[in-house]
Amino acid sequence: MNQYLLSVYEVEGQVDGAPATAEEMQAFMGRVIALEEEMDRSGAFAFGGALHGPDAATVVRGGTGRDKVTTDGPFVEAKEHIGGFYIVNAEDLDEALSWAEKVVEAIGHDIEVRPFRATGRLQAGGH
Amino acid sequence: MDDVERAFREAHGQAVATLTRVFGDLSLAEDAVQDAFVRAMDRWPGDGLPDNPAGWIVATARNRATDVVRRERRGRRLTEQIATDHLQAERAPGPEVPGPLPDDQLRLIFTCCHPALGLEHQVALTLRLVAGLTPAEVAAAFLVTDATMAKRLVRAKNKIKAANIPYRVPDHADLPRRLQAVLTVLYLIYNAGADDFGRRGLRAEAIRLTRVLVGLMPGEPEAAGLLALMLLSDARMPARRDVAHVVQLEDQDRSLWDRSLIAEGQGLVLACLRRRRLGPFQLQAAIQALHCAAPRYEQTDWAAIVRFYDRLFAVMPTPVVAMNRAVAVAETEGPAAGLRHLDDLARDLAGYHLLHAARGSMLERLGRRDEAAAAYGQAAALARTAADTAFLARRHTELTPDQPL
Repeated sequence: MNQYLLSVYEVEGQVDGAPATAEEMQAFMGRVIALEEEMDRSGAFAFGGALHGPDAATVVRGGTGRDKVTTDGPFVEAKEHIGGFYIVNAEDLDEALSWAEKVVEAIGHDIEVRPFRATGRLQAGGH
Repeated sequence: MDDVERAFREAHGQAVATLTRVFGDLSLAEDAVQDAFVRAMDRWPGDGLPDNPAGWIVATARNRATDVVRRERRGRRLTEQIATDHLQAERAPGPEVPGPLPDDQLRLIFTCCHPALGLEHQVALTLRLVAGLTPAEVAAAFLVTDATMAKRLVRAKNKIKAANIPYRVPDHADLPRRLQAVLTVLYLIYNAGADDFGRRGLRAEAIRLTRVLVGLMPGEPEAAGLLALMLLSDARMPARRDVAHVVQLEDQDRSLWDRSLIAEGQGLVLACLRRRRLGPFQLQAAIQALHCAAPRYEQTDWAAIVRFYDRLFAVMPTPVVAMNRAVAVAETEGPAAGLRHLDDLARDLAGYHLLHAARGSMLERLGRRDEAAAAYGQAAALARTAADTAFLARRHTELTPDQPL
């Protein structure tokens, strides 16, 4: 079993998937909860959640032997930012992509799918 | 290409596909097959071809890959003893050699054409792994350096491994759109060979792979449609061009067309029409079949061709389809009507040499020689192959006013 990070990309100022009214918010939450339950039932759900916006981000800079500098703001100033993510267990990329399609459908934002590089711990649970 | 080389190439896709199924590792499979080929190169020219070259390659490569796995396991065991970690028992591949299954090859084609890979990576991988072209040949086919192509191939194989792109034919729910990618790659490979006489070997590879696909998926009319499209195009190739010349359809010597390829292509088109699930490749094949059916250019059934273009545009509304339709309309309604349609596309296809060539032809028929000359000149400047440039430049010169014929 492999793990994939499904990043939910939001674009600043773009309101495509964002619910506006109370009813829309309710419908949106209903879709998201249903999807997460489906992931959980099938054993795909490892972890996930929504992030606060980039204005809540803080960056720590400076490598070893240098003074650490803590600054306000996201690492990269860009219109696109990660609004949330899921980590899913999937047999292969196709399975991860099928979850990504469901997330796109439920949330209305684009998704980037990236495999975790296998570590000792992940391998122990797999194959 | 001599017999040994041809046998290599035909066995390559089968061997890589089978080894990938047995060992579950594309890179290991490719390396082992490569190794078997080196051994075959040593032996075959002296000993003669074995009865079953593909079987020989698969057996030799399997032994080689088994060695590699054993050695790696030994190395890992040492490391793991030092780390006092426990070794996960790894299943060694069984001693029996399963013969190459056509299904394995189909899986390999779908793996190479997975939509998670960029289109140029799909094409390169298909040529390398399935068609068995050497990396240098693949590089030459796409006019890039060996180093660029090597990087492209490595990157694609790394992504297959890292993202765990599955080695399988997609489920029926995903099949139509995945099949579309596979057919598109095969058609790109064919067209690369058709556009440039120096790369004509690609046409044969594309046809061979499409035949494999049609044999494995007899229920998929679009695969049959693509095969028909390639066969009908290939049938006319001898009359269409040689190294340096382009001969337009109306000037072609139809006695040079390959009748047996036309018969096979038309048979496939008829079978498609009967199934009534006409997709873009089948419709394009049907149009080509109508061209091939005309004993002389003047006897072409242009009205039927326009009808097929209407249906094609309904499922594939691209400017190039609209342009080809306009050329057919010029034959049924006259060059003025065709020109009106072309002018609607002028902005979308401003950089496409065939649009300007088609405009040149219609302006010429309307007696607007100066404008026709300008259009041919523009087409010549945009053409991508030497033969096309030479042909269009000649049309331009013939119509230029200060050089009367």
